[in-house]
Amino acid sequence: MAPTRDTDHLFAAGHSACAGCGQSLGARLVLRAAGRQVIATDATGCLEVFSTNYPNSAWEVPWLHSLFENSAAIAAGVEAALKITGRLKDIRVIAQGGDGSTADIGFGSLSGMLERGHDILYVCYDNEAYMNTGVQRSGLTPLAASTTTSPPGLESLGNPTRKKDLPAIFMAHGIPYVATASVAYPFDVDRKVKKALSIRGPKYIQMHVPCPLGWRHDTDQTMSIAQLAVQTGLYPLFEAEDGKVTARKLAKVLPVEDYLRPQGRFAHLFRGEAGKAELARIQALADENIRKFGLAPARAAS
Amino acid sequence: MTRKLIEGSRAVAEAVALCRPQVISAYPITPQTHIVAELADMVAEGHLRAEFVNVESEHSAASLVLGASATGVRVYTASTSQGILLMNEVLYNIAGMRLPVVMTCANRAISAPINIWNDQQDSISVRDTGMMQFYAENNQEAMDLHYFAYRLAEDHRVLLPAMVCMDGFILTHAYESVEVPTQAQVDVFLPPYQPLYVLDPADPITMGTLAEPDKYLETRYMVNAALEKTLDLIPTFAGEFAAVFGRRGGGLVEGYRLQDAETVIVGMGSVMSTLRETVAAARERGQRVGALKVITYRPFPKAAVARALGRAKRVLVLDKAISMGSGGPLATEVKAALYGRRGAPRVAGLIAGLGGREITVESLERLLALAEKENPDGRFLDLRTDVEMEIYA
Repeated sequence: MAPTRDTDHLFAAGHSACAGCGQSLGARLVLRAAGRQVIATDATGCLEVFSTNYPNSAWEVPWLHSLFENSAAIAAGVEAALKITGRLKDIRVIAQGGDGSTADIGFGSLSGMLERGHDILYVCYDNEAYMNTGVQRSGLTPLAASTTTSPPGLESLGNPTRKKDLPAIFMAHGIPYVATASVAYPFDVDRKVKKALSIRGPKYIQMHVPCPLGWRHDTDQTMSIAQLAVQTGLYPLFEAEDGKVTARKLAKVLPVEDYLRPQGRFAHLFRGEAGKAELARIQALADENIRKFGLAPARAAS
Repeated sequence: MTRKLIEGSRAVAEAVALCRPQVISAYPITPQTHIVAELADMVAEGHLRAEFVNVESEHSAASLVLGASATGVRVYTASTSQGILLMNEVLYNIAGMRLPVVMTCANRAISAPINIWNDQQDSISVRDTGMMQFYAENNQEAMDLHYFAYRLAEDHRVLLPAMVCMDGFILTHAYESVEVPTQAQVDVFLPPYQPLYVLDPADPITMGTLAEPDKYLETRYMVNAALEKTLDLIPTFAGEFAAVFGRRGGGLVEGYRLQDAETVIVGMGSVMSTLRETVAAARERGQRVGALKVITYRPFPKAAVARALGRAKRVLVLDKAISMGSGGPLATEVKAALYGRRGAPRVAGLIAGLGGREITVESLERLLALAEKENPDGRFLDLRTDVEMEIYA
């Protein structure tokens, strides 16, 4: 399991990500698991900006960025070219995007890629808002989170909608592998990326990656915050292989407040009665996940 | 070389297949569909060894061929109208990344109102992307311009995308007799694609980076410089084309009876055939009229246009597109090409044939008569006066 030095630096140091950036760590984990025989694509966003400021690049594998909404489509082109030239057996294609490009602007191109059955692993780094443009709400922004376009106020409790259920939508495409992951569980990420790449056809992994700037938590809390999202049931870790779901059980289920309280984006929920009601709604979402995926410890479930 | 009577779309599909693209991707839109359906057939029947990828939008079609081109293979796509507009940002991106994507535009009007018939507003709207643009007069030219476009696009001095424009329906759906070259002829003119930069794990490169203000300007300069360089290469390649195929192909501009012409009508695409007929009839009547076909619109061949028009007294430019609030894009270019030249002719720009309105010999003869009396600059050819226009005009 210990990574070799050879693959340890496929996403090289020296890029300009913020301190505590979950996405940069996520990308590094993906490449470490994937190895060198990879062609990666990327959508416009933080990852692209902080890793490829010409003439510098953090990418030790061939990497292609085009636009915001077409990471999956350009990856499909890469795959088609490898296929027709007989090189697909030796090279894995990984498409990447943030939550905005995946859930919103690039949703159609990703759906098309998955539906067509390209042999591509798509990784969505989910930091739950448009961070590159300065923290605007996306389709994966959680309920009640404060962003610059879903601010709390006298008439608002933050983002009015729950996260779009992308894993379920992509499972409904009938693809062989869908998984959620969290940057706080690097060995789980490693295993899932490797498993995904061992499967032929379209694969989707959605990885929870905190953004200290957008979530407003201390930069040394990235891992603990990501871990709390899992432990509260708000970010269930599961795999769906050919539709069969296996979830990672929790040793102990924590209340959602433990996850929400350290983050400035939820601070307004801890002031006043309206916030309390919203906290209850968020707890209900976690409870729903716990039931749906059977996350509770075996003892409690029996 | 065989001669065939086939539909324009089929002719172009055969020409594209002879160019041996390895990845083809497209999204259906009238009147482009016959081209890509024909190519899909060829792949399905095993006549063409290529990946044919049906995508969910024109944006993804352009993106997919971008990715494939970056992986080092020859690619093809085709679209028209709204599809070209949806591709717009990808086309800029393809040119900026110096990928030799070749595509066909089956020229069609832009909505609103929705209209599936021919004009050239679609391709004109993406003239600033950095792509080369060639306009075909007939289906033979539409075929030939594809060999030509790939050859230029993939030349290491160029490395830019190219768009071959053919008038929707008027050409795409018209049956014409065309010469289909042998595979050996096309292979001589168009050698296999040798990418300069390619995505390959054995030699990883980063493509599509961020460029800050201290470098962005230079990248744009280089795209423009490469595009302008093709003004020298196009006549050279046209010479090679003639040597291989035994007929004219490609080129910057083409004159028709320009010698001693006092009035020259300038146009692009299928309208040139009507213009030839108009000019021939006018010459019969003793009028000193000629026509100039602009084949290459991007880069715009200013010098060649100025040379061809320099001795005329009057130039009438037909535009099947309009830059709203300004005028015809081709007329604007022609005026700029002639500006400041001693004895330059007076140039009048006319908007004509939008949304499939037929441009007939009769309407062009009316135009010639009008031009004798007044400067028709800015007029819309054959504008109807029986349509209620007060409210909006």
